[in-house]
Amino acid sequence: MAITLAEIPLGRAARVVGVDGPRAFRRRLLEMGLVPGAEIRVVTIAPLGDPLRIEVRGGQWSIRRSEAAQIAVAL
Amino acid sequence: MSAAVDCCDPSPPTLPAPGARPQITLAGNPNVGKTTLFNALTGSTAKVSNYPGITVERRAGALALPTGPADLHDLPGMYSLNARSAEEQIALDALVGLGGHTPPDAVIVCLDATQLARSAYLLLQCREHGVRCVAALTMVDEAGAAAPDPRALAELLGCEVVAVTARTGRGLPELRAAVDRALRAERRPAWVWTPSPALRGQLDAIAAALPARWRSEARYRQALPAADDALALWALACIETGGDDADELTGVPDELRQAIARRSRERAHDDEPVLARWAWLDRELARLAHKPADRSRTERIDRVLLHRALGFAVFLGVMAVMFMSLFWWAQPLIDAVDHLLKAGGGALRDLLGDGIFTDFLVDGVIAGVGAVLAFLPQILLLFLMLGFLEDCGYLARVAYLMDRIMKSMNLHGRAFVPMLFGFACAVPAITATRTMERRRDRILTMMVVPLMTCSARLPVYTLVIAAMIPASHVTQGLLMVGMYAFSVGTSLCAAWVMSKTVKPLKAKRLPFLIELPPYRFPRVPDVLRMMWSKSSMFLREAGTVILACSIALWALLYFPRELPASSPDYAALIERAPSDDARATIAAQAQAAHLEHSWGGQLGHALEPAIKPLGFDWKIGVGLVGAFAAREVFVSTLGEVYAIGSDADAQSRPLRNALHSARRSDGSRAYTPLVGLSLMIFFALAMQCMSTLAVVRRESGGLRWPIFLFCYMTVLAWTVSFLVYQGGRLLGFS
Repeated sequence: MAITLAEIPLGRAARVVGVDGPRAFRRRLLEMGLVPGAEIRVVTIAPLGDPLRIEVRGGQWSIRRSEAAQIAVAL
Repeated sequence: MSAAVDCCDPSPPTLPAPGARPQITLAGNPNVGKTTLFNALTGSTAKVSNYPGITVERRAGALALPTGPADLHDLPGMYSLNARSAEEQIALDALVGLGGHTPPDAVIVCLDATQLARSAYLLLQCREHGVRCVAALTMVDEAGAAAPDPRALAELLGCEVVAVTARTGRGLPELRAAVDRALRAERRPAWVWTPSPALRGQLDAIAAALPARWRSEARYRQALPAADDALALWALACIETGGDDADELTGVPDELRQAIARRSRERAHDDEPVLARWAWLDRELARLAHKPADRSRTERIDRVLLHRALGFAVFLGVMAVMFMSLFWWAQPLIDAVDHLLKAGGGALRDLLGDGIFTDFLVDGVIAGVGAVLAFLPQILLLFLMLGFLEDCGYLARVAYLMDRIMKSMNLHGRAFVPMLFGFACAVPAITATRTMERRRDRILTMMVVPLMTCSARLPVYTLVIAAMIPASHVTQGLLMVGMYAFSVGTSLCAAWVMSKTVKPLKAKRLPFLIELPPYRFPRVPDVLRMMWSKSSMFLREAGTVILACSIALWALLYFPRELPASSPDYAALIERAPSDDARATIAAQAQAAHLEHSWGGQLGHALEPAIKPLGFDWKIGVGLVGAFAAREVFVSTLGEVYAIGSDADAQSRPLRNALHSARRSDGSRAYTPLVGLSLMIFFALAMQCMSTLAVVRRESGGLRWPIFLFCYMTVLAWTVSFLVYQGGRLLGFS
């Protein structure tokens, strides 16, 4: 079942399945290491509901919800 | 352009020409301790400048190698060589020798021991291009037991790896020696993956379309087909052939663009190189048994600083301290500078006596220097605080906390800090836009920051409210609060409108990814060095323009000195004046007459038809001309026009009375409450500050954006003031 990074429960480890969106956007995320198979989790949500704080490959990033919705993951 | 070596001649590896200093470049991801390493390697020799045309800082310094001196160039932090914007292109150009750069003789790539895979990704790309690499392994202390063994890493990556701790100097001699050896190594592109047949075909076609000056024969003086392939790979990935995704690359030849456009439909192989590099990294680094570093300390701090309630409380506290310190700590310094220059000017006047030259020195040059120096304490303080917050990792958290609000106006989360500083002064606020990496985000913020109610508008509002708007203190206070709210509203709306209508400011569909690095203690020497280099660059580049404009403006309001024949002989009147008071009155009248007949005064008269529909007369017109030096100068210029003297300030009772009793030719009051409101709105919206324009010119790298800023704000100010004044009259106000 397709689920995106914007939908998974907080703190739950997931694996990247694929990244969607325009080419430049997709390549940027892939180059950061969000390649299929990489382990990823949402650590917290910002107090105002957006963006999300995600952890991937031992590093943390702030990513907007709309962009997280482009990242397909599997729990 | 350059003499290409015959491609069939396998020329020996290029050694630096005898006598020429080897050129070394330092590259790495952001937040890997690159600046600290740069400072440790170059000591006090670093010079900061800008790459021409864009605000990417260019730091260079001397690097002592065992065999002699070399130059070390620092590049902006980057995650990948796949440049799409002019800013990112600088890094690629400098590393592989495009766009007029000579390729560096060797490159030091920083590898972060806590983020090994990600930082090694950049190294793999450099190696594909045939860059001679030496890896500096940083953050070893922080990684602790998770730090990889440099020797095993060197074997894996195919280049020397030296563990360094810049703070203590550990590993620096070994790094210098390794760079020295790399200079003598052959230039050999190394790919850890093999392109699929389909991608291979595309690379061959595009490599054949590369212009002669981009070929390895021209750049490296030796034919390296794999290096040409690496450039073809970049071209295939990054050159966009139209549509909303258009790249911002400069200097790409048309033939190459067309070669790519012909293949645009078959670009399904886009992900292949990225996935292949990551697959290699995941497989090989796993063999080193490298574990992710411990992040628990950062996590504990984030639990407080990013907390729903507590996080915002801390955030508001930090912002309040930063903002107030601009007033508390900078204001006494600004006042001190002001007093010093006034005293100096007075002494100079006593020494030289009255005359045009004295006026030029005192009112033109010294006042102009004062205008520049007035910004210096704020700029120093701002860069000190920003540098500290950036280096410890908090600035990225501010963007995370505020992004929701800024996003709704299509602004970057990091635009919050410059907008806040806009309440103090637009000049330091605009220099603070540098914490954003994308040009589009920086320019959009620069375009709206000048709408915030800066401290220079306060004296104008104070005078106008006191002199023109009869109301209780409470109402007057509310009006002042209203002006602040109005400025926040207009700047946010302006950001939204411009991001929808002005093409270069439209939001690009690039990920808004901000790294939240581990918290680290900033190194005081690094922060101080950064503060000083940025501030001195401001003095050099914006300060000179501000000084020149101040002098020009002085001349505009001073010359010509001849009064019309019909005017009284003020010199004789002063001679005959019965008392000191009378003398001062006549002198002020003489000053007013000179001002009226100066070029600036004539400009005020000439402006009258344009500003009459807003309710302003020529006297306000002269004030507006004077306000271009700085908005608060409006008050003292108006003081001169009304022959009260240039010492008038917003609290000056004579000036308030003069404005209150001023009459139009038909005997009605010249400055009604409606005129006052119109005037305040004009000041809120108009671009009347040459220092802001000078600093926007410097930060945007050209005249285009300051001209746009001036035009849009002036048109906006005129239109809204017109609507308020004429609308008010229609409703029966006068």
